[in-house]
Amino acid sequence: MEKSSARNGGLLSEVASLARSRIRDYAMFIALAVIFIVFGIFTGGSFLSPRNLTNLINQTGYIAVLAVGMTLVLIISQIDLSVGYVAGFLGAVAAICMVKYNLPVIATIPIILIFGTIIGLVQGLTIGQLGVPAFVTTLAFQFIFRGLLSLVTQESGTIRIDVVPFNNLSNGYVPNIGNIAGMDLLSLLVGVVAVVLIVVSQVRKRKKMLEYRFEVISRPVFAFKLLFFAAAIITLAIVLAKYQGLPWTIVIVSIVVFIYNFMMNNTRLGRYIYGIGGNREAAELAGVNVKRILFFVFCSMGMLAALSGILFSSRLQSASTTAGAGFELDSIASCYIGGVSTSGGIGKVGNTIIGALVIMSLTNGMNLMGVGISYQYVIKGAIFILAVAFDVYTRSRK
Amino acid sequence: MNGDYILEMHHITKEFPGVRALDNVNFKVKRGEIHCLVGENGAGKSTLMKILSGVYRYGSYSGEIIYNGEVQNFQSIGDSEAAGIAIITQELALIPDLSIYENIYFGHEIMEGRVINWNQTIINAGEILKRVRLNVNPSLKVSDLRVGQQQLVEIAKVLSKNAKLIILDEPTASLNEDDSQNLLQLMRDLKKDGVTCIMISHRLKEVVEIADTVTVLRDGATICTMDAANGSLLERDIIRHMVGREIENIYPKRTHIIADETALEVKNWTVFDPVLERTILDDVNIHVKKGEIIGIAGLMGAGRTELALSLFGNSPKYKILSGEIYIEGKRKSFKNTKDAMKEGLAYVTEDRKRNGLILIQDIKFNTTIANLEALTHGIVINENEEVIQVNQYKDALNIKATSIAQLVMNLSGGNQQKVSLGKWLFTNPKILILDEPTRGIDVGAKYEIYSIMNQLVEKEGYSIIMISSELPEILGMSDRIYVMAEGMITGELTAGEATEHRIMAMATKTEEEVS
Repeated sequence: MEKSSARNGGLLSEVASLARSRIRDYAMFIALAVIFIVFGIFTGGSFLSPRNLTNLINQTGYIAVLAVGMTLVLIISQIDLSVGYVAGFLGAVAAICMVKYNLPVIATIPIILIFGTIIGLVQGLTIGQLGVPAFVTTLAFQFIFRGLLSLVTQESGTIRIDVVPFNNLSNGYVPNIGNIAGMDLLSLLVGVVAVVLIVVSQVRKRKKMLEYRFEVISRPVFAFKLLFFAAAIITLAIVLAKYQGLPWTIVIVSIVVFIYNFMMNNTRLGRYIYGIGGNREAAELAGVNVKRILFFVFCSMGMLAALSGILFSSRLQSASTTAGAGFELDSIASCYIGGVSTSGGIGKVGNTIIGALVIMSLTNGMNLMGVGISYQYVIKGAIFILAVAFDVYTRSRK
Repeated sequence: MNGDYILEMHHITKEFPGVRALDNVNFKVKRGEIHCLVGENGAGKSTLMKILSGVYRYGSYSGEIIYNGEVQNFQSIGDSEAAGIAIITQELALIPDLSIYENIYFGHEIMEGRVINWNQTIINAGEILKRVRLNVNPSLKVSDLRVGQQQLVEIAKVLSKNAKLIILDEPTASLNEDDSQNLLQLMRDLKKDGVTCIMISHRLKEVVEIADTVTVLRDGATICTMDAANGSLLERDIIRHMVGREIENIYPKRTHIIADETALEVKNWTVFDPVLERTILDDVNIHVKKGEIIGIAGLMGAGRTELALSLFGNSPKYKILSGEIYIEGKRKSFKNTKDAMKEGLAYVTEDRKRNGLILIQDIKFNTTIANLEALTHGIVINENEEVIQVNQYKDALNIKATSIAQLVMNLSGGNQQKVSLGKWLFTNPKILILDEPTRGIDVGAKYEIYSIMNQLVEKEGYSIIMISSELPEILGMSDRIYVMAEGMITGELTAGEATEHRIMAMATKTEEEVS
């Protein structure tokens, strides 16, 4: 009896100390939960309907991939303000390729991705070789691509895209393989497989950490954490299954996150990116080619901006003259909410996705509630400041 | 007159975490004299002056400051300035893009109502410039002036604030001979006007030339205060007091196995710094043999770190005007740090926090960052291998931490230094350059670092170049010693020949031999 209460005390104090020291890491989950609950109530449940949540995922896609690239940019203590209009411009170029020149989707996508990479390279070279600060460079490129976007859409106005496979990227679903109680079997299967993979890999990781004499969270807390994630994924799978199944967007974003996560955690490149952000001079003296890494990070940002442009124009099934406006703020906010440090060096791609979900839930929820776009800007700006202030506050406390 | 002290500092004790920088220091300055404060690097001179000028506020130290007969409790630089005390540090506090007159009156502008009276400012500035013997247009930008002239502007600035006691921290360190002489003459003029000067200087020749009184600090304590008027004090007397310390038995024994092969040789190494616009290394020739530890001694600003950085392939920062590097007899040239690493060089930096470690990352990350190639198969870092290897380094270097996942910023100075060392050992170097390897770490950790150094040369055939400002360390560890001053090698001594006095004489470019 005494023993168990002591253990409970230990557990409670562990949870309390975790909450204190890692509040930064959990804040985005708390924020997400609060948003879901609040919007769930205010919209009379329609925010939480399978249809809307599927919608939300499709909307988050194009911001999520931008935010992944932005995470790297912010980690090396740079910034990219041009991504919104680069995405908008490349979306329009994609539309022109397919609609005007009848290029097949399979050719259009690689062309656009390469185009984006080149744009990123040019910006990287301007920053690294000419020494123009990233803030200035990317602000200038924001203007340039804003101009180019209106230039290419000038004569036609909004370009309607009637290419079905392209439009499916952000609106379509992976073909169903069967039904179970009226639900899509594939999404359920993917959900279960995802849970199994996560549990197995987390358990193995914890085992390894124990073997290495690293500090780990206690077994009950660990179990609770796993349970929480498993429940979240299964819920998501059921929600998707109840509507139309697994959106292609989720597949695309997952692939991007998987690749980037792997790169950041398991390759030299990832280490160097963290190293440069943590202490540029030390990294340089350790033989890291800082400029080359900078070029890479901006190339990757350009490529992901291209992907974002593709997803967005696919989502709207058209390319408009204002596409991409404000994406840079959404993606930067996603990063900060997801725990990227405002002073660089710290950040995780996976958490950025949660940040993107937070930001897009706000947009989606406010739209459902009929909040005017003018108010939305004001609210988003305020939330952006709050997120950064919170980050600065929690980090300075250490 | 004799008993009229403008300043008395009594029983000043100042502690930093883990170090007592000043221990019961007494320091008295007569009104209207030039008082020189000398001592080795780290003796506590700058700390004492920072206390006097309010940089370290009242309450952060113990002891008493009596200025003009009154006890002073300065809370900030503003307080000491208001009392008439001004400090001029090595890093000039001027704004390069503003004009001379704007700089002189920055922060205490001449006002007419609520607007600045620029005409009066320019007129007054011109008069003060005359006083400091700077014959230039006050409208010139500060960035257009030479360093020596900028120093004069700085003095003009403190004079405009009516300073009665001026502290000059190494004022001539970055000046050429003419500018230095000019500055010393200015100090004599100020003395005539009744201004009291405290000068910190490593250039003992200037000290005996100009000082009325000299106070020597050593290891955070006052050693003596000597009358120096009319050149009555000799440089060698000062040096004797500056060092005069027994080398304690804190250096582990080593069997010397020095091979005949030369590991690294540097010839005619002359380097120009485009930012400072001067030659920072002038015809440096050094070599180190396999299994040898050489010490590079010298005072702050002698060019030792610049030598290490320029050798280590950091050429974008410097312009190498001439010189050759030979590794094991073969001529090499390094375009960047990576090239130098490939040839077996490693450089443990002087300031581990600024450019040595990535503080927000853990021990594992820091240890392997310079040689991830060794752990990479294909494109994937083998994390198992990494953990095993880093744990070996942690054990071998006796790094005290909960695990290699501990963040480096949470380690003590000594353990941080070991991580920094471990990072470079992980690159399997042959020639290790250590820049101030024991700065700011406690005695126990020092001993461990020395033991590791001995082991590396004894058992692994490393060559070590150790840059250090601590003479006992140089004497205790080196097989051979180079002394640097003003970017040049001013002497080479074997371990047998070297004494603190001889090194100090070479480092201060004292001509006469010191007994």
